[in-house]
Amino acid sequence: MAKQYETVIGLEVHVELATKTKIFCSCSTEFGGTPNTHTCPVCTGMPGALPVLNRQVVEYAAAIGLAANCEITRVCKFDRKNYFYPDNPQNYQISQLYLPIAKNGYVEIDAGGTKKKIRIHEMHMEEDAGKLIHDEWDDTTLVDYNRSGVPLVEIVSEPDMHSSDEVTAYLEKLRTIIQYLGASDCKLQEGSMRVDVNLSVRETGMKEYRTRTEMKNLNSFKAIARAIEGERTRQIELLEAGKKVVQETRRWDDNKEASYAMRSKEDAKDYRYFPEPDLVPIVISEEWLERIRERQPQMRDEKIKRYKKEFDIPQYDAEIITSSRHMADIFEETSAICKKPKKVSNWLMVETMRLLKEYGMEPEEISFSPKNLAKLIQLTESGIINNSVAKAVFEKIFTDDVEPDRYVEEHKLGNVSDEGELLKVLQKVIAENPQAVVDYKGGKEKALGALVGQTMKAMKGKADPGMVHKKLRELL
Amino acid sequence: MTNKISDETIEYVSILAQLELTEQEKQDAKADMEKMLNYIDTLNELNTEGIEPMSHVFPVKNVFREDIVINGDGSEDTLANAPLKKDNSFKVPKTIG
Repeated sequence: MAKQYETVIGLEVHVELATKTKIFCSCSTEFGGTPNTHTCPVCTGMPGALPVLNRQVVEYAAAIGLAANCEITRVCKFDRKNYFYPDNPQNYQISQLYLPIAKNGYVEIDAGGTKKKIRIHEMHMEEDAGKLIHDEWDDTTLVDYNRSGVPLVEIVSEPDMHSSDEVTAYLEKLRTIIQYLGASDCKLQEGSMRVDVNLSVRETGMKEYRTRTEMKNLNSFKAIARAIEGERTRQIELLEAGKKVVQETRRWDDNKEASYAMRSKEDAKDYRYFPEPDLVPIVISEEWLERIRERQPQMRDEKIKRYKKEFDIPQYDAEIITSSRHMADIFEETSAICKKPKKVSNWLMVETMRLLKEYGMEPEEISFSPKNLAKLIQLTESGIINNSVAKAVFEKIFTDDVEPDRYVEEHKLGNVSDEGELLKVLQKVIAENPQAVVDYKGGKEKALGALVGQTMKAMKGKADPGMVHKKLRELL
Repeated sequence: MTNKISDETIEYVSILAQLELTEQEKQDAKADMEKMLNYIDTLNELNTEGIEPMSHVFPVKNVFREDIVINGDGSEDTLANAPLKKDNSFKVPKTIG
């Protein structure tokens, strides 16, 4: 019988923090921009330039650490990691090795209905490197230091994952936590979240770990899943052929669905770390930590529980609404105004999700104000507009955040409440459709629907279909 | 003087530092490093039991900046140091691809 293999996966996740300025200087962190416009002597490693730590970086890093159940290192320091590469103008990266800001945490994931804890080994602060762009024309490399010095938090997990499903669940969990904290937008495609996969395989039941490889250049959840499958297969094939897995860094090519070893010199891993002499220690007092703790928002899992309990929202709906903190905020604010959480949930689940898909937008990009959705719900509930009008008005709220009461009035979209006018139209419809009247009286319920449709059309949709139905029955 | 630094160590350190040393420079570097290590040996004679390791000589902690953008477009000064440039970027030998 063929051997059974188990995959063992640990992740290193880099997250770019959402600070306005870089970690050690007052240059902007704005994404893009003309190359090298966001640079100064500090982030380009000029001799004599001195780094000064951005307080917000410590706050975000500690907040992420707390949210991931870590111990916060109360006296922490920076270290220098030495290497030569054009993306690193100082020839060292300021990082943390000996006393990282957080350690020994975990997050709980739910992969395929099974709950499981993924332990976090440590979390540290460091600076990002510049960006290298290959110039096809000259066959050279162009270096842009706009990204050099952008703050990163690197989150190192224990090798607790065994499948791409678990990896995806872990990453989604981390991303949600960090987005809820507002500490990063965590976009894999734009590189504000970067994932390196450390993977080894072993015969099922084996206790010790085999040699692992590290996979880089994974730009989407799908690419990560494919890379895990690809690397697992590659390593099993090596073992089956009696060969050895070499410890190396590999680059995933998602178009070819294959990886190749990155050029590595024998000295590549000797970073000769030493304490950073230009930065003083960070001491996080109990008071400071308490202030950070107090600011922690309610996290997604607690929100889901609360929505189910307080608002009677089904699990699935609560999961969708809380998948983005922004959407959850809109839900809560709108519900607080109109007191109809179920209706609010419906508008978010159906129409909002449809429009997001149609416009290719993320939930974070929703720009309408809760008060306008609340007003729309009130207009519908009080019978001033009917459902189809409400949908049309909602599209305007979604795109332009219009005030629904004013919009309805300006465009005369309110239901005609004048019974006299409705009766006139009904009589006309009855007179013009004698066959339908005969059919209805002959017992064909469907014929009534046709008459309601004719009436709604004649009223340009501005009638309450329920009312039309009722009045028609009375007249016939 | 004891032989603390082997020829291989000097070779390895110069690879890490990306330095190409002449034979004479290697011998000089070896002598310098041995002096440093001897000094460390002297320090090691001290009793440091119960003393916290330090990374900084001054009793200073928590020096921070607020998160406010102050620097403007620094590209002109930054690129003034570029031996070769193109498209507002440093141009260097190919590293990727």
